[in-house]
Amino acid sequence: MTAKTVNQRGWWFVLPVLLLVAFNALVPLMTVVNYSVQETFGNNQFFWSGVRWYEEVLTSERFHAALGRQLMFTAIILAIEIPLGVAIALCMPKKGIWVPVCLILMALPLLIPWNVVGAMWNILALPDIGLLGYMLNSNGVPYNFTQDPVDAWITIVAMDVWHWTSLVVLLAYAGLSSIPDAFYQAAKIDGASRWAVFKYIELPKMKRVLTIAVLLRFMDSFMIYTEISVLTGGGPGNATTFLSIDLVKIALGQFDLGPAAAMSLIYFLITLLVSWLFYTLMTRGEE
Amino acid sequence: MARITLDTLRHAYGPRPAAREDWALQSVDIEWRDGGAYALLGPSGCGKTTLLNIISGLLRPTEGRVLFDGQEVTRLPPDRRNIAQVFQFPVIYDTMTVQQNLEFPLRNRGVPEDQIAARVAEIAAMLELEDMADRRAAGLTADQKQKISLGRGLVRSDVAAILFDEPLTVIDPHLKWKLRSKLKELHARVQATMIYVTHDQTEALTFADEVVVMSAGEIVQVGTPDQLFERPLHTFVGHFIGSPGMNLMPATPAEGGAHIEGTETAIRTANRPSGNGAYELGVRPEFVTFAQDGVPVEIQRVADAGRFRVIETRLGAQTVRMLAPEGTEIPADPRLAFDPARTFLYRDGWLAGERP
Repeated sequence: MTAKTVNQRGWWFVLPVLLLVAFNALVPLMTVVNYSVQETFGNNQFFWSGVRWYEEVLTSERFHAALGRQLMFTAIILAIEIPLGVAIALCMPKKGIWVPVCLILMALPLLIPWNVVGAMWNILALPDIGLLGYMLNSNGVPYNFTQDPVDAWITIVAMDVWHWTSLVVLLAYAGLSSIPDAFYQAAKIDGASRWAVFKYIELPKMKRVLTIAVLLRFMDSFMIYTEISVLTGGGPGNATTFLSIDLVKIALGQFDLGPAAAMSLIYFLITLLVSWLFYTLMTRGEE
Repeated sequence: MARITLDTLRHAYGPRPAAREDWALQSVDIEWRDGGAYALLGPSGCGKTTLLNIISGLLRPTEGRVLFDGQEVTRLPPDRRNIAQVFQFPVIYDTMTVQQNLEFPLRNRGVPEDQIAARVAEIAAMLELEDMADRRAAGLTADQKQKISLGRGLVRSDVAAILFDEPLTVIDPHLKWKLRSKLKELHARVQATMIYVTHDQTEALTFADEVVVMSAGEIVQVGTPDQLFERPLHTFVGHFIGSPGMNLMPATPAEGGAHIEGTETAIRTANRPSGNGAYELGVRPEFVTFAQDGVPVEIQRVADAGRFRVIETRLGAQTVRMLAPEGTEIPADPRLAFDPARTFLYRDGWLAGERP
């Protein structure tokens, strides 16, 4: 047996990746961790403050309210977008020239920059000059998303559904396309109803892609910022101030670096925890 | 139980078929005897699956009629035809147990609970699935899944015919043989008409009492395995069935037989020429022997295939293969003789005298 040559040169190959990860993930994250346990009064002077900011955030009414609104928003859009996306995917043609047409139409909202989506809906919904706002008001439906919290919520939910249902549609459609014809043929011969075909063939075969769809839509909606910021700016009052909006207000509006950092980390951990819960629940019982 | 009649069936997938290639089925007329075991044999793309799907009702033929016991069913949907079909890839309902899978077709038809239980128990026993009845079907092996697919067809007491579309494609080789014997055994027990589509001649010849050979959307021959072997009606059958396939050589008809290029005397054939056309002489390698008064050939290659030797010879510009028993000596001056009773003349592909 020959002795193996041992040297450390291999590390050079890993170095670029290490540097990249360090700069785009570790360093910023550790900076936030640093801020979250320190107090500063400017002049780049920091004082150790332990877990004080965490206690403050976790016991603050304001944080609870923002978290509540955030969870409510995510729950509503998941409850609408997932079934709606599946329903649209089921209605889409399976072959022919309409397939690419439908796919492109579906992909369009996903290609629009997020701040543009916010701006589009803002203009569309403006009560006095927006197409939607004006039409509603002139037809006797009082509507003003800049003043009425319920109207603001409806507008935001409608915008998110418009913007993101396509993603669920595309994923569900991909899942449906992977089902061999033989399954539908066998179901016909077995005398299965349309509902039975959905329940026993389509839904089980779409389960994996739907898991991904739910996860993506959960994470994205839980971290939504741009569109809301452009559309309502968190208002009226605090009616649409979600975690991300509140965080920016604290960090950049009030420049409370400590509490903002603590809140960021709590926010991050909640997102991680709920994603993990979703994933575990949805993939339970699979071989 | 049913006798299945296909009456001048034609099918095209595209709209407005014009050219011959537009038709997936050219024109099919055949009657499948009640309780028969048939194999539908042909290469990929010859229209086997199309034909099967028309019988089960998954496809509606462009032209022609389908009759079960003389009753026209051409326009009936699959669930009203009493047909079971087993597909190439096992179809099972993933979220159900084996038991629930077998119950499914009966529940959809509103069969009473006690009948369902009795019927499912009987079929599970027949297919040796009882000990896994409560397992999730998704976790089973391909051959078990395929048995479940078959079982869902068999549980229906009214099943008239069972159609198999290359059912052993995804089954491990050592299990293929087992599952095939199981099918034969089932056929003996349930007495339903069985049609088994395959492109594998061994599967076809071992499963079926009668083999239907298809090529390019047409049925070229219907016969027992022996008939297909001994008297192929079409060069396609000669070539497709048998290993190696039939020797086919361009020929010119002559008194009592035909000339092939490079032979001085005419080779005697079992049938006579009929009219004008492109003639070929066909003889299976099994019916070629060495003989002193035969036609002289050159030996090209000898391959040992177990109990046989495949000897490839050259006759003029043609290659002629012969199958000789193990240990056959190759003469110094090799000359071949063709068994006159098993040597045929083909005109434009068809056995001369058989088709106009």
